[in-house]
Amino acid sequence: MLLSIKNLHASINGKEILKGVNLEVNNGEIHAIMGPNGTGKSTLASVIAGRDVFETTSGEILYKGKNLQKLSIEERACEGIFLGFQYPVEIPGVSMTNFMRTAVNEIRKYKGLDALSGSEFIKLMEEKKKLVEITSNLTNRSVNEGFSGGEKKKNEIFQMAMLEPMLAILDETDSGLDIDALRIVANGVNKLRRPDNAFVVITHYQRLLDYIVPDFVHVLYEGKIVKSGGKELALELEDRGYDWIKKELGE
Amino acid sequence: MDTDSNKIIDEVTQGDYKYGFVTDIETEFAPRGITEETVRYISTKKNEPGFMLEFRLKAFRHWLTMTQPKWAHLTIDPINFQDIIYFAAPKKKENLEKLDQVDPELLATFNKLGISLEEQKKMTGVAVDAVMDSVSVKTTFSETLSKYGIIFCSFSEAVQKHPDLIKQYMGSVVPYTDNYFAALNSAVFSDGSFCYIPKGVRCPIELSTYFRINAANTGQFERTLIVAEEGAYVSYMEGCTAPQRDENQLHAAIVEIVAMKDAEVKYSTVQNWYPGDKNGKGGIYNFVTKRGICKGNNAKISWTQVETGSSITWKYPGCILLGDNSVGEFYSVAVTNNHQQADTGSKMIHLGKNTRSIIISKGISAGKGQNSYRGLVKVTKNAINSRNYSQCDSLLLGSQCGAHTFPYIQVGNKSSVVEHEATTSKISEDQLFYCQQRGIDTESAIGLIVNGYAKEVLKQLPMEFAVEAQKLLSISLEGSVG
Repeated sequence: MLLSIKNLHASINGKEILKGVNLEVNNGEIHAIMGPNGTGKSTLASVIAGRDVFETTSGEILYKGKNLQKLSIEERACEGIFLGFQYPVEIPGVSMTNFMRTAVNEIRKYKGLDALSGSEFIKLMEEKKKLVEITSNLTNRSVNEGFSGGEKKKNEIFQMAMLEPMLAILDETDSGLDIDALRIVANGVNKLRRPDNAFVVITHYQRLLDYIVPDFVHVLYEGKIVKSGGKELALELEDRGYDWIKKELGE
Repeated sequence: MDTDSNKIIDEVTQGDYKYGFVTDIETEFAPRGITEETVRYISTKKNEPGFMLEFRLKAFRHWLTMTQPKWAHLTIDPINFQDIIYFAAPKKKENLEKLDQVDPELLATFNKLGISLEEQKKMTGVAVDAVMDSVSVKTTFSETLSKYGIIFCSFSEAVQKHPDLIKQYMGSVVPYTDNYFAALNSAVFSDGSFCYIPKGVRCPIELSTYFRINAANTGQFERTLIVAEEGAYVSYMEGCTAPQRDENQLHAAIVEIVAMKDAEVKYSTVQNWYPGDKNGKGGIYNFVTKRGICKGNNAKISWTQVETGSSITWKYPGCILLGDNSVGEFYSVAVTNNHQQADTGSKMIHLGKNTRSIIISKGISAGKGQNSYRGLVKVTKNAINSRNYSQCDSLLLGSQCGAHTFPYIQVGNKSSVVEHEATTSKISEDQLFYCQQRGIDTESAIGLIVNGYAKEVLKQLPMEFAVEAQKLLSISLEGSVG
């Protein structure tokens, strides 16, 4: 098993957001996490990535059998956890090329590999740009600076392609995208899918799942996964909203 | 530059001030303190002609009438000027055969600092004047340069060999009456570099001076003079380091640049004097007056500085734009970490018509550092159609440091345009998290973000220096976010 989350509780500034999340992800699977706003979807992604503003109060996250809580943010990244950000930040003056080269080589160093030479790196970058259908000179620009909403999201997928993670968590990568950009993002995921890696796709909309077909769909509500099912659950949610789930829960 | 960034990031982990060692070499000192006798002692030691002694004595007498300026946003412990040694020279070993032969101990010192004084092993395309304490140790490539009519030698040598040029230009841009520290320097200055580029000559290599303070309780007072005749071009670089000591040491320098019609001078500094320890003990007091004059039409002077060292920095490299259409530029990155304080900026004095100036200042404060930008843009009545653009950015790391901006703007005519922009930003937790999530640790992330922030300035530096400067920026901020 790649990821196993058991009874995870997490809070920020004393306010509990995650109230006992259980989730298991195997290699080769795609999981979709849906749910109304403010129920803890992004918090779950941040906690897995190790963001320290969140405090894990109880429960555990096992990744490749290791307790994640003992690893720093960058160690988790080097171990193959990737977070596609909902709001990618701008880093003025740092070119995407330099940023990615630093990231790729830091991860290689962690794995005991030599740094890529300049030409090797450029070759890799061109390959991956093609893979995720990036035609612009985005890599010469500063990290996310002046990028449109769509460019920022495509850039997240490009970075994912560059870093080849084992577990990629995409946090609302589809929000604010037009249909063409959505297709590019989804194609990127499909091309990067391998039998040994896994994706957790956080989304509000079923339309992304027309392109990325999930093996499992989970509903996160009030800090817990309250319902899980196959891809048909997403269609049902699209059709009926979340009220019926709330009713099922007896609210 | 990308290739180097990675190397730099690797080196960041090593940290700490790498140049804090002391060379054990026999040194000759002037008696402690300053009187007319001290001034005479220095002049005699240097076997100077009468006009130099006269200049020094006038400066000294003027200095006695002045008081240390207090207007800067700096907290400075009182300096006891009688407790300083004003002249220290590594003793020449008698058994050295040729005059220009350098003590191997000194060669080793500069090698350790990454400066080779042997021409065959030189940095590609850079001529070096190496100054230790009060004297120039060796100037490389002087002979090669002389074929172009270029004079590049120590200031002391210039006084002996080119007294007319020294007489003509010394003090013409920074008179000894200019300010307290300029007066002090004019009285006791020891060595520095002199550089003269004749009419129409484009200096084929980078010129540089490397300043090293070695002796304890000693002040360093160097003086540099650069003259570019009509249509000449030169790019000049300056680097500095000092041993790690508990007491503060004084450094008060003067740099003067004269650019004639159509001449261009680029002056780059990477200042890395010992900054003091994490608790603010020790460090160099760096009081510097740097000024250039664009004497002829279409002349251009460009200052670029990366200031990471010193416990106190007080400097305002400026340009007097006398010639019509002349251009002045100032690009600066100043870092204050731990207890360092910097009050730095530029002065652009527009006198000629259609003169242009640009000021790009990037302050970075961390720890308990205090970083102030202070700048004067003055456009006189006759300087019609002149332009200035100033941009002063401050970056704060942590919550105990400070950034301040003191712009002074005076415009004397209606056809000129002066713009001033200022921003203050922090390295956000979001930016750090983003980098870390991509596998980059905090220290490297800060190095990356800070170098990105300073990019506009770093790209102005000659290649050899840019790499050095990038490293320094990362290293000097190490441990600033924890």
